[in-house]
Amino acid sequence: MHPGIIFFLVILGSILFHIFTPWYWTDVASNWGGMDDTITLTFWIGGGVFIAVCLFMIYCVFKFSYKKDRKAEYKPEDKKLEKILTWATTLGVAALLAPGLIIWNQYVNVPKNAIEIDVMAWQWGWQYRLPGKDGKLGTTKVVNINDNNPFGINLDDPFGNDDVMIQSDVINLENNRPVKILLRSVDVLHNWYVPQFRAKMDAVPGIVTYYWFEPNKTGEFEVLCAEYCGVGHYAMRGGVEVQDKQNYDNWLQQQETFSDLIAKQKILENEKTKLVKK
Amino acid sequence: MSEDFNDNKTIRAQSSETISGGGSGTTPDMDYVRPAEVGEQDLYHGHSFITKWIFCQDAKVIGVQYFLLATFTGIIGLILSWLMRLQLGFPELATFMTAEHYYQFVTMHGMIMVVYFLTALFLGGFGNYLIPLMVGARDMVFPYLNMVSFWSFFVAVGVLLASFFVPGGPTGSGWTLYPPQAILEGTPGSGYGIMLMCISLILFVAGFTMGGLNYLITVLQARTRGMTLMRMPLTVWGIFTATVLAMLAFPALLVGALMMSLDNVLGTSFFMPTILKAGEVLEYGGGSPILFQHLFWFFGHPEVYIVALPAFGIISDLISVHARKNIFGYRMMVWAIVGIGALSFFVWAHHMYVSGMNPWFGFFFATTTLIIAVPTAMKVYNWILTLWRGNIRLNTVMLWCLGFIVTFVNGGITGIFLGNVSVDVPLSDTYFVIAHFHMVMGIAPLMVIMGAVYHWFPLVAGRFLDEKLGKWHFWLTFLGAYSIYFPMHYLGFIGVPRRYFEMYDSPYVTSAVGMNEFISLAAFIVGAAQFILIYNIIKTLKTGKPAGHNPWQACSLEWLTPKVPPEHGNWGDRLPVVHRWAYDFSVPGAKEDFITQTTPPSEVAHTKVEKT
Repeated sequence: MHPGIIFFLVILGSILFHIFTPWYWTDVASNWGGMDDTITLTFWIGGGVFIAVCLFMIYCVFKFSYKKDRKAEYKPEDKKLEKILTWATTLGVAALLAPGLIIWNQYVNVPKNAIEIDVMAWQWGWQYRLPGKDGKLGTTKVVNINDNNPFGINLDDPFGNDDVMIQSDVINLENNRPVKILLRSVDVLHNWYVPQFRAKMDAVPGIVTYYWFEPNKTGEFEVLCAEYCGVGHYAMRGGVEVQDKQNYDNWLQQQETFSDLIAKQKILENEKTKLVKK
Repeated sequence: MSEDFNDNKTIRAQSSETISGGGSGTTPDMDYVRPAEVGEQDLYHGHSFITKWIFCQDAKVIGVQYFLLATFTGIIGLILSWLMRLQLGFPELATFMTAEHYYQFVTMHGMIMVVYFLTALFLGGFGNYLIPLMVGARDMVFPYLNMVSFWSFFVAVGVLLASFFVPGGPTGSGWTLYPPQAILEGTPGSGYGIMLMCISLILFVAGFTMGGLNYLITVLQARTRGMTLMRMPLTVWGIFTATVLAMLAFPALLVGALMMSLDNVLGTSFFMPTILKAGEVLEYGGGSPILFQHLFWFFGHPEVYIVALPAFGIISDLISVHARKNIFGYRMMVWAIVGIGALSFFVWAHHMYVSGMNPWFGFFFATTTLIIAVPTAMKVYNWILTLWRGNIRLNTVMLWCLGFIVTFVNGGITGIFLGNVSVDVPLSDTYFVIAHFHMVMGIAPLMVIMGAVYHWFPLVAGRFLDEKLGKWHFWLTFLGAYSIYFPMHYLGFIGVPRRYFEMYDSPYVTSAVGMNEFISLAAFIVGAAQFILIYNIIKTLKTGKPAGHNPWQACSLEWLTPKVPPEHGNWGDRLPVVHRWAYDFSVPGAKEDFITQTTPPSEVAHTKVEKT
């Protein structure tokens, strides 16, 4: 078989695979549908270039394959053609870059009404903290972390007392309300990633990183760690449940705050001392 | 220096004599070539088995040594990839494999393929063999240093492989070796494994610097008479520019490896912040894990082009020779190589969009990354325009070239997805990335290596490789590799993260099981197909068709040595004199469809040569 035919079938197969693939992205469940649109645009422009280049190549292979009595064209340069191609490519690249940068601008600018969530990662698990009635998270330090203070909240920070503590790898979110994910890690790099939300960012020990999104579909989603973090990386899963406002408020009310935890521990300690005295 | 100068006087006198002869009528003025500025170098000729074949100072032998050792290491990398694919496609058959093993295989596969296989093979292998021959030198300018370079590489490989046998095994921190996990328990090989990896990299960089200085200075200083920079074959341009990149990029890796070793062994905190591990605060504090990533990718991105630029250069030459047509837009090709090389130092943080660095960097690095697409696209256009109205021999070498164009363009386009910052957010750390970089810097350069092997084997061994076996080798590799990596992009769209030992039953990825099995089967076949080449080489060495002089009717100097295969010293009594560029194919009016670089203008006065 002529090699050109096989190359042609490869290109044709790629196009058909793309059209009929059962493997494609999950339905977007956040405000980042624009990322999908940019991917689609890149597919059209990039895919078009790929197909055009390959078909041109295949045409040449058919048309100009070796004949003893024929001589190739002698044309070292064609300045005009090279200029046209350079500018056309630059234009295409700019057309792809512009939407990419516009969306990135949205990605790094968090809306003012976003609720902040402290996502704390370790080898290998997650837990979450929400601001209490004061709307602010208390500051933290890794060295403060112990059984009585699982998030390492600075005890002299008044904002910390009413923080809602979710010592579980599943967190609930309110539908259609933007959230700012504040990521921190106590040991190595991690990354809190829900494919349906599209967004992600590494958690880096020593600093707090962030990203934001606005969930727009209720339901349960799986959280995956997306930055290699050692031998338990693949098992570092969590969950998100997106609920409407009423269900979310009910859930939130049932959660324990930091002052609840301190009070509970005080009672426990008192009982302990009583037992010792007896 | 001045002593050398005096020694060379006799030679200088000689060469100017032949030139001045032009005036008296034996050589026409149009053939004038400037006399040599430096004399010929004295070569150390090996006289025993050890000095001829082991501690050898002949760049050609060193090139073959690099080639063989890099290939050996690459086969280990290939076997590791088989084991990984066994786990991913058929976990029920890989019961012997723990997550620790899997991550160790991932890490070693990555590091071996990028550094110890591709880099060593393109620069150490092709660089050593081809640079002196293509620029018309007798050898590299520092032959002894060149020999030490190879043996440093040898020791580096030894240390790397030794890590399989130390307690804890090799490091399993991923080829990017990110701290803190690379040196903390919880990552396999966090003690000895990572230490040996760092030592091996330091040895590699040291050895590579010796080789790299050789390549640079040979190109700059040892070109023969008439071989101007703008007459050099693009292969030399590609390897030369890649070496410049390597000289500037590898120090960042060396520093990173050294600092991490200090964190690991002496307890410094370059990359280590306060860390809580198993309920205890470790004795680290104040370091920055992201600093390591900047150092790593300041090396890591130019590294991509350290592999790609020699591949660009070689493929240009192969296409031109076998399409019987000059490379289209030679000057544009040279400037594109140089431009890509320069730009490659301003794009590194596109590997770090979601690393937690200041997100405002994203605007800058997305822009620079997409700018680099322009010169790269120009190269692609010029390759296919070289085919246009050519006289294309559809032999095995050309097939590898065509395979390269398809896979490179495919991988280049997916690079535009990943470079475009906000598009990268959903795709980073997924199988889309794996598919992208394997296509663009795994399969595409491999196509070039294979094309180059089939092309230059007749020079190295004096015999043609078998075409029929070559075609089987090509189609199995090309179709197999394409069917591994093309569908793999779509796993990334689903959101399947990379570096997962097991997916469990995440609801949206269970559908990917069938594809994983298919990809694994294809990987087994592609891997096995590489042994066709080994069989072909062994068979050819015994019974292959003798190639003779310049079997492909090429123009460049490496084919014009008095003996095939070329001897030590390359050129016999007299160095070649160059009169034109390396691409005078199918010149109108010429008797044959090629004019070699050494053909003086007076011999082809009636032809319409446009460019010299």
